[in-house]
Amino acid sequence: MNHVSRLTFYTLSALLLIYILSSADAQKISVGSKRFTESYVLGEIAKKLLEDAGYHVEFKQGMGGTIIVWEALKNGDIALYPDYTGTIQETIVKSATPMTSEQMRSALAEYGIGMAGELGFNNTYALAMRRGDSDSRNIHKISDLRDHPNIKAGLTHEFLARRDGWEPLSRRYGLQIKPRGMEHALAYVALNTGEIDLMDAYSTDAKLAEYDLTVLEDDLHFFPKYNAVFLYRLDTDQAAIDAIRKLDGTIDEGLMTRLNAEAERTNNFTAATSLYFSEVENRAVEVVSQSFMSKLLRWTARHLMLVGISMVIAIVVSIPLGIRASRPGILSQIIIGIPGIMQTVPSLALLALLVPVPMLGISPTTAIVALFLYSLLPIVRNTATGLQNIPTPLRESAAALGLEPAAQLTKVYLPMASRTILAGIKTSVIINVGTATLAALIGAGGLGEPIISGLALDNTEVILQGAVPAALLAILVQVCFDGLERLIIPRGLRLAAASQ
Amino acid sequence: MNESKIALKDVEMRFGDVVALHSTNLQIATGQTTVLIGPSGCGKSTVLRLIIGLLTPTSGAVEFEGEPISQNNILTLRRRMGYVIQDGGLFPHLTAAQNVTLIAKHLQTFQEDEIQAKLDELCEMTRFPKEGLARYAVELSGGQRQRVSLMRALALDPDVLLLDEPLGALDPMVRASLQTELKEIFNRLGKTVIIVTHDMAEAGYIGNSIVLMREGRVVQQGTLDDLREQPADKFVSEFITAQRSLVQL
Repeated sequence: MNHVSRLTFYTLSALLLIYILSSADAQKISVGSKRFTESYVLGEIAKKLLEDAGYHVEFKQGMGGTIIVWEALKNGDIALYPDYTGTIQETIVKSATPMTSEQMRSALAEYGIGMAGELGFNNTYALAMRRGDSDSRNIHKISDLRDHPNIKAGLTHEFLARRDGWEPLSRRYGLQIKPRGMEHALAYVALNTGEIDLMDAYSTDAKLAEYDLTVLEDDLHFFPKYNAVFLYRLDTDQAAIDAIRKLDGTIDEGLMTRLNAEAERTNNFTAATSLYFSEVENRAVEVVSQSFMSKLLRWTARHLMLVGISMVIAIVVSIPLGIRASRPGILSQIIIGIPGIMQTVPSLALLALLVPVPMLGISPTTAIVALFLYSLLPIVRNTATGLQNIPTPLRESAAALGLEPAAQLTKVYLPMASRTILAGIKTSVIINVGTATLAALIGAGGLGEPIISGLALDNTEVILQGAVPAALLAILVQVCFDGLERLIIPRGLRLAAASQ
Repeated sequence: MNESKIALKDVEMRFGDVVALHSTNLQIATGQTTVLIGPSGCGKSTVLRLIIGLLTPTSGAVEFEGEPISQNNILTLRRRMGYVIQDGGLFPHLTAAQNVTLIAKHLQTFQEDEIQAKLDELCEMTRFPKEGLARYAVELSGGQRQRVSLMRALALDPDVLLLDEPLGALDPMVRASLQTELKEIFNRLGKTVIIVTHDMAEAGYIGNSIVLMREGRVVQQGTLDDLREQPADKFVSEFITAQRSLVQL
């Protein structure tokens, strides 16, 4: 086992070094975005402006919904991100009455957050239907929906839960529709294929034109204004704030819709950024778009780092826990029980729960912590069972030989359980490789990054750019472990297993 | 008269409500081969497991050279005793040689060449073929496994050898030849040996002293002739007759 622990030590050191190097940089600023095209595009434009101002920009794109990105801003994981006045009022400040921008600024200042000027367009919530469907059923206003209680609505989870979302809206309009929650990008597909008839959308959404959808008129003026603004930490460099404020008033609804359409047409947010600079500043901007191979390399390297660090820590922690849990008693049940419960928490929920924890926030560290927690159970359980399954006569022989308890463990029990323990580690790594794709949701990168932007773009090809390498990685792990088994498991045990 | 190497003083062993060994006094003579015999469940293995410290008596004390065995001295005492069980108890992840030398290497008080010399000596004594040393337990026959187990028990040259039905799982031919070899080895080494068996012929052949047990009690201790000619009760003569008639069939 000696060469194994040495190997583990080197791996851990190398991974830690990569981690430290990748997070150390002086003139660095982090930009965040939510998980939909417009937010990606605005983030890319901000990134370009900040780079022009001399910053090294880390763009944590597609971090998730408002709460996650807002928490990241408060914690200082990001310095700025684009949001909307309606969202600030309803979700962040939670005001029941409409606010002026001055009121909003002073409310945000209490959190140490500032608000830049309005970008120039109102991207309000809207309810959308297929144009043909809308005409044939004669539904043009939201109030027309009263006569169609059986219409199938697929709404985003955020819209369903918002204070300016579905519930108050249906109360205001007196609607009887029973909606179901779904991912925004998937809702477009569902609406197009007729699985649903109604969805929530944004008024600058490029897909409205692409899918030939019509927006129902908000005839009771329910939706508040959703003017786009950048939120930034008040402790951000003035030079960076000045750079961002160049955006103020430069994007109207028409331009934003075109930028969104450009991003979705080219599957490339940087293309939309170039379009912005050519239209607004009338200059051709060379926005460097990375080649697929270099992106793949970056995603894979990050993915391996997340998996590697979380697994090494999980192994170091789980094996001692498993050893303790192999003894009878209530403590053992607790040791097995806690990682068991952890496993039942949906990964997305676990990430969301970890983000507000101090020191974690929107960072690879949070993803590593989540992956670590998920990896515990198979190793703890297999270590415990592997040790429990050692026949009593052999345990007694080890004791009768005059080995101290520690030597019984290291010289006899652990080598005998090595096969089961390794199987547990293998299960953990394979689950870990899959789960690590979710790290991209909190801006931690990895192969989940193309999967999530692919979802936002409703583009299967982009999704596959992440999904296929992730699947191949899992297979590679499987193959590597089969080889490792030959290296680590004592030959006598393999012979014994084969002879049974 | 030999002094006693090991003594059980009013030792009782209970598992919950079940009494495995009623309050028992027993002297094991130094340098002699003592056989514990009796029907299944009579407590003979329990006595062995108490001596090697795998069980702690419910009451009473097990003494080694007059000193009570406790948690404080058990590790040292175990290294002065060798223990062999029915199917050998060989560790499957180690080769025969690694099984034998495990404890000596672990203690780090021996030179590598001392360990090698000891291994050669043990192979010769137990007539274990040298080419078998690199094999794993699954690659060895039952008889060979017991030879390796015996070598492992003798690795630290202990004063005492405890064997729990060492030949119980072997076929009759192998068993007979191993009985002869064991007797030779015991005579040669002059160690204090305690061997558990349920075979009266084996007990009479190997043992200087026989301890006949029944339902957790010692019924009689003596030589085979003592048991035959002056049986303590009807059970003793019945046990001997039953075994002898089997042999005479």
